[in-house]
Amino acid sequence: MRRFNLGYFIKEGFTSIFSHGLMSFAAVCMIVACLIIMGSFSLLAVNVDGMLSQLEEENEFLAFIDEDYTESQISALMEQVRRLDNVGEVKYITRAQAKADYLKGHETEGLYVNLPDEVLRDRLSIHVVDLERFTETVEAVYALPGVVNYRAAGEVAEGFVAVRNAVTALAWVLIGILAAVSLFIISNTTRLAAFARREEIAIMKMCGATDGFVRWPFIVEGLILGLMGAIVAFFLQWAVYTAVSGALLKNGGSNLFTLMDFKLLWKRVLMIFLASGAAIGALGSGFAIRKFLQV
Amino acid sequence: MIRLIDVHKEYDNGTKALKGINLRIDDGEFAFLVGPSGSGKSTIIKLLTGEISASQGRVIVNGYNLNNIRRWQIPHMRRTLGIIFQDFRLIEKKTVQGNLEFAMRTVGASGREMRKRIPYVLDLVGLDSKGDAYPNEMSGGEQQRVAIARALVNNPKMIIADEPTGNLDPRRSLEIMTLLERINAMGTTMLVVTHERDLVNRFSKRVVAIKDGELIRDGQGGYYRA
Repeated sequence: MRRFNLGYFIKEGFTSIFSHGLMSFAAVCMIVACLIIMGSFSLLAVNVDGMLSQLEEENEFLAFIDEDYTESQISALMEQVRRLDNVGEVKYITRAQAKADYLKGHETEGLYVNLPDEVLRDRLSIHVVDLERFTETVEAVYALPGVVNYRAAGEVAEGFVAVRNAVTALAWVLIGILAAVSLFIISNTTRLAAFARREEIAIMKMCGATDGFVRWPFIVEGLILGLMGAIVAFFLQWAVYTAVSGALLKNGGSNLFTLMDFKLLWKRVLMIFLASGAAIGALGSGFAIRKFLQV
Repeated sequence: MIRLIDVHKEYDNGTKALKGINLRIDDGEFAFLVGPSGSGKSTIIKLLTGEISASQGRVIVNGYNLNNIRRWQIPHMRRTLGIIFQDFRLIEKKTVQGNLEFAMRTVGASGREMRKRIPYVLDLVGLDSKGDAYPNEMSGGEQQRVAIARALVNNPKMIIADEPTGNLDPRRSLEIMTLLERINAMGTTMLVVTHERDLVNRFSKRVVAIKDGELIRDGQGGYYRA
């Protein structure tokens, strides 16, 4: 593309936007709405994923060891557990340590002070790598000889995995639907612009203009609309996210539902918005203009 | 140069617009293509400009074989043609100068080329003082001159004029035809489609007559002498 032409395409793109301002405004609004909905769900997915990762880091369960097992048997058992798939760190907790830990949580209740060590069992604290395979890992450990029981909050882990998967799936479905809607709106805007200029297009074609020469100003128009929508959507998204995050904190939101700071996410959000806006704008315009090139 | 060799055209609705047309127009020639409405004149124009393709036969325009031309080559073929329409087809919101710049820009001309070529062409068609005028401020004859200037501005090998005087009074029609004759004398091949018998008869040029999709006469001077 010649520099000469690039300037012409940009000028024509801007001129076209203002020549049907209302439709352009509607297209920008639609892109803003789509990007914000898309962005909100994506940010929700990112946060749920973040929470899950945090949970995964802390996630462990207890496997209780047969009371008759000797020290060497326990060491062998630990080795067996370590060799299992999806098992991270394995820590041995004696019944005395377990009692001490238990008492720490009940310091004010003198009732437990004289509790004999034998009440509790020796145990292994086992860290799980992938939370999605939590139950499977617990069952594999429980199947080993020497493990007589276990304590695991599997429901919480599985619940989180289910929420993450649902939010991710929903985010993708919404992204797909909203991208299609945005493409449709941009296409219509371009189609209107092209219809208004169909005589000009026919003249251009008769003078020997290539398809690219006719198409580029419309693509530039779509790009500008897409980028304008993306920038507006970014600032609105920032405001909405900050407001929701603040409201959660104000209402005594637990650690579980504290949203990530937007400052950690803004670059990624801006890049994704700009790329999506530009892609929607350019593709929508490119598709719409095809029919008018058949001269 | 135009060559139509045994060209047939049948539209999707079954209409047979052309039935075995053979025609050769050499470089530098001036030819009228005449015939009544529905005779196939417009179909020939559309074939020559690459808007439609022949159902059968060969179409060659300025060295481009339109039977197997690729889509990307069509703009290049069209740059060898200048096309003039009955309804002028000027862009109303652009000045005369703007209309010509528009035509030059579509083929990638530079600003310097435009500044050099446009005054020359406007002078040639007698509109050198009308560069800043808008089409709706001009008479029909002047608007057609602008259309001729636009057709000429990219220096085509051939001009195809489709009923160029259809919207003009007899005096303006004569002026336009005289202008086209003058342009032809400068070396540009001219194919003028018309059904104005009197006008054709005033010029002693080659006349190709078609009727019902068939070529019924190809000779020098006169409209129909069948």
